[in-house]
Amino acid sequence: MTGRLPRWLGVVAGSVFLFLHLPILILVAFSFNASRFSAGWNGFTLDWYRAMTRRPDILRGLYLSLEIGLTSAVISTVLGTALALALHRYRFRGRATLESMMYVPLVTPEIVVGISLLALFAALNISLGVGTILIAHVAFSISFVTVIIGARLAGMDRSLEEAALTLGADEFTTLVRVTIPQLLPGIVAGALLAFTLSFDDYVITSFVTGSGTSTLPVVIYGMVRRTIEPTVNAVSAVVLGMTTLLIYVADWISRRGAK
Amino acid sequence: MRSTRQRRILARIVSKPSTLLAPAGIWLIVFFVVPLGVMMVYSFMPRGVYGGVDSGFTLEHYRRFLDPLYLSILLRTTLMAAGCTTICLALGYPVAYAISRARRWKHVLLLLVIMPFWTSFLVRTFAMIFLMRDTGLINSVLMRLGLITEPIVMLYTPFAVMAGLVYTFLPFMILPIYASLERLPTSFLEAAEVLGAKPSARFRRIIFPLSLPGVVAGSLLVFVPALGSFIPSDLLGGAKQMLIGNLVQNQFGAARNWPFGSAASFVVMAVVLLGVMAYLRSGRGELATSLRDIG
Repeated sequence: MTGRLPRWLGVVAGSVFLFLHLPILILVAFSFNASRFSAGWNGFTLDWYRAMTRRPDILRGLYLSLEIGLTSAVISTVLGTALALALHRYRFRGRATLESMMYVPLVTPEIVVGISLLALFAALNISLGVGTILIAHVAFSISFVTVIIGARLAGMDRSLEEAALTLGADEFTTLVRVTIPQLLPGIVAGALLAFTLSFDDYVITSFVTGSGTSTLPVVIYGMVRRTIEPTVNAVSAVVLGMTTLLIYVADWISRRGAK
Repeated sequence: MRSTRQRRILARIVSKPSTLLAPAGIWLIVFFVVPLGVMMVYSFMPRGVYGGVDSGFTLEHYRRFLDPLYLSILLRTTLMAAGCTTICLALGYPVAYAISRARRWKHVLLLLVIMPFWTSFLVRTFAMIFLMRDTGLINSVLMRLGLITEPIVMLYTPFAVMAGLVYTFLPFMILPIYASLERLPTSFLEAAEVLGAKPSARFRRIIFPLSLPGVVAGSLLVFVPALGSFIPSDLLGGAKQMLIGNLVQNQFGAARNWPFGSAASFVVMAVVLLGVMAYLRSGRGELATSLRDIG
């Protein structure tokens, strides 16, 4: 495009970036603050991180969230990849309708997903716990994975697959040795997003969790409502550190894949 | 090595779309579509004494929405969601435009918009509490500077809820608008410039109209989740500014009126489906592109 960006536009954009990121940076900075009441800076400390490691509910929540996040990511990536392949590599009746249906879960408010699953589990007398959380997380992650991988499939060069089939490879060999390796950056990005969605989810989990199965977000929610102790800052910083790391990995993989 | 027979079976499995579709399809039907059906059925049933539902059919839960108390909740929720969408559009459009015009830093800027999408909703809301409470950073800085003597009450006001909503959903507005601006052919602008159109005319007559699909997609992605949100109003509004999300949560929690809660969330779901249908009729390229950006 031509011409320079007007100065006011740069100012607005810069302020929005500050608005988006400064609160988080401040939150992390104050997890190292020695003052309990955060009004001012009283020196550097790791006390809040030490306090965090002495809280069994936080550690259990973290462990549970990691466990559920990994399992949910694996299941929803496998199911979502298969679904994306079916939608983008085959023609069948109702394909277009099905593809647009994939957007409904993406825009459905979480609270609706949460209470409708709770209603189902109650109607079937299924007791709430890790299993119901996992079912819910996979259900809302599949669509994200499918849409992300579908976008990659749509933009992928098909000539390698066609060459493999022409040279006598069967469909399965082509899928495993050609399509999936070519699609790998998209699959990894989908899996990382599925893990993050599960690891961060509070709303849906809060409806389908049973007693004694509090994931990390459920524990954090309770802490935020009750107290203002800086331990919450420390836990938040840990959660942010993990997701930031995942973004870097996802970005690195997708940039490598683009080359 | 696999035997030829095994290979032939595997090849047949992957060459049929139905076997690839089935696992995810069944999961989504059983754990997404059926629950919505159950919720709808619940919304027409009488309330059970100890939570849950009794058998029978009633329209009482929908009739209850005509009560001024619940009408005002519906109205407040719609206004908050619409206000949030408008503010996000006003703030997000310039950012999307600036990113689309950036040359060297484009990738970093885009990553900065995508990052909040990946970071915990809850942690981001907590960051807002941390800044806005009476003993929070904004008040302590202002007091130390001597600009105020008493803390300004920000937390547990409608302002705090709105700030939280905008803070949470702004990236959802920026990404689709950016996606549509990126696709705008440079040649159109060059032609306009050569033919003597001023920058304002170029924006008004070419750039903005062609970015409308992104604006529509972004508005939908902000309005719908804002309509169903309850974390910002619960944590930042202190549940004083009840939105429909809080109403639903209450009915399934303390109030133990599941059918009324189901009816309320069915009302939300109806709005969502209307929005999606309207959107699909206008094409859905921007939604897909921005989701690819997120991944």
